[in-house]
Amino acid sequence: MALLEITDLSVAFDTQEGVVNAVNGVTLALDRGRTLGIVGESGSGKSQIAFSVMGLLAKNGRATGSVRFDGREILNARPAVINPIRAQKIAMVFQDPMTSLNPYMRISDQMAEVLVHHKGIGKSEAVAEAVRMLDAVKIPDAAGRIRLYPHEFSGGMRQRVMIAMSLLCRPDLLIADEPTTALDVTVQAQIMTLLGELQRDFGMATVLITHDLGVIAGFCEEVLVLYGGQVMETSPTDPLFESPAHPYTRGLLAAIPRVDQEGEELDAIPGSPPNMTRAPKGCPFAPRCAFAGEDCLDHLAPLSEFSPGRFRACNRSLEEIA
Amino acid sequence: MINYILKRLAVAVPTLLLLIIISFLLMHAAPGGPFTQERQLPAAVLANLEAKYGLDQPLWRQLLSYVWGIVAHFDFGPSFIYKDRTVNEIIAQGFPVTLTYGTVSFVIAILVGVSLGIAAAIRHNTWLDYLAVGVSIGAQVLPNFVMAPLLLLTFTWWLRWLPGGGWEHGRWEYMVMPVIALSTSYMASIARLTRASMLEVLTSNHIRTARAKGLPERKVILRHALKPALLPVLSYLGPAFVAMVTGSVVVDFFFSTGGIGRSFVDSALNRDYAVMLGITILVGALTIFFNLVVDILYGWIDPKIRY
Repeated sequence: MALLEITDLSVAFDTQEGVVNAVNGVTLALDRGRTLGIVGESGSGKSQIAFSVMGLLAKNGRATGSVRFDGREILNARPAVINPIRAQKIAMVFQDPMTSLNPYMRISDQMAEVLVHHKGIGKSEAVAEAVRMLDAVKIPDAAGRIRLYPHEFSGGMRQRVMIAMSLLCRPDLLIADEPTTALDVTVQAQIMTLLGELQRDFGMATVLITHDLGVIAGFCEEVLVLYGGQVMETSPTDPLFESPAHPYTRGLLAAIPRVDQEGEELDAIPGSPPNMTRAPKGCPFAPRCAFAGEDCLDHLAPLSEFSPGRFRACNRSLEEIA
Repeated sequence: MINYILKRLAVAVPTLLLLIIISFLLMHAAPGGPFTQERQLPAAVLANLEAKYGLDQPLWRQLLSYVWGIVAHFDFGPSFIYKDRTVNEIIAQGFPVTLTYGTVSFVIAILVGVSLGIAAAIRHNTWLDYLAVGVSIGAQVLPNFVMAPLLLLTFTWWLRWLPGGGWEHGRWEYMVMPVIALSTSYMASIARLTRASMLEVLTSNHIRTARAKGLPERKVILRHALKPALLPVLSYLGPAFVAMVTGSVVVDFFFSTGGIGRSFVDSALNRDYAVMLGITILVGALTIFFNLVVDILYGWIDPKIRY
């Protein structure tokens, strides 16, 4: 049995502009200790998948479908069900470390409360454990700096604190939602290296959400490519990079700047992301796709396995887009 | 911190001086004076009276001797209307009354207002929210000069539960109606401020983090959301506290509590220069002091603020 099983998950938001269909029928599974990357551009619905799992959707959001964790249905679960799972079984690292920590509390209090609440241990014991975890994420002088407030840390250090805080209860699953997007490039690399080491040391399953295929390449065993709230392609990482099987994946890979091709223009994907207030019909990528036909605007073939472990959703055959 | 407080107190001195000068000049700029009556006093009597109170002196000299009296003797001068009473006596008699019912009103306004605001924010867009907002708006648009007679009609005239006026050294039955009349609109403002800022705080990223920790909603609110939600309320509380403890003419008028709210308005109508200035200075000094208190509390709540 997979640790995390998401089946036909859809998320819609009621807004003043109408209903926004952020996620449309996403299905995925993740085994213990495995790493999955969810890649997609802004607005593709990747963060909303994570929030649905954690029960953290905004109030105007509605999730349907099924999310099973360790065999147990947790989608839209009551607080009594989801609260013991949060932080203890599934922990999350958020995108913006500058605002995701409580600016009015000392790091020691913010970290210790997780252990005090879930493990029922004393405050001083919890702080000692928090210091050990800060050491593990390589924050120098952790014992002294745990008394500081978030604004006394740099962005990269704050994200280390967030990561340490998420690991306190040794969760089975870590969801990292664009953990490096708000950081500058050198710090990004450090944080990703750190996450990779921790993932190996702690052995937790990890979902990495990002818009950066480069980050996925160095971290994840499997990749799920999301567009317009739908899964375009899912595959083990290496084959995906060698032979992308979906026109959108190819566009993404072509858009990665390469240092060995000096002076060449980037191949951007023409057009812009879809307007999600329209009901999902056909392939969301069709308006931007070079291979699209009339049929693509009307319907999209379901995900199908075209080689072992690799799935794609496209009306054109592999030969047609070759 | 100590340096900051001392600096603020040092700035308070010229501020108060400026307040005195401006109020003094404005008062004297208005036509008429304390001894202007419908039936003209004989010129000799008027000259005598003016000489007795120093009103025949040039303005700057009057101002100087007034300020000197305060600085040297803490003497705010004699009342121009009540022949045998000084301003110090009038304030010493009336201020404890307003301070008492004002402080009680303040505490109740905060307790009820903040709880109502938080409840409305947590139950956003439910009947509780609508009820709280409705009550707040109702309380805010109902002026206290309408509320006070309604209270009197209800509790004194019909139900005969409470005495219709007086103070009796602040016995509770004399305090109930003044406190209700005074605190209601402040309570409503506090509730609306708290609700709005709590709603905003609840959408912030660090609250999402707190929820992701698996904390029960009660802890999320009390430990993580309350402090930041109260910051905007705090800056309202300083001036509100001063306004409440310096009394309300409506309360003093309808419930005969004998506080300085009534004295202040009477002094303005009677051209009782000294009483008017005395109370103005009291309000000014309290305002300066409690704004300082609010700023210090800010530093205590928000670790990013350091003095």
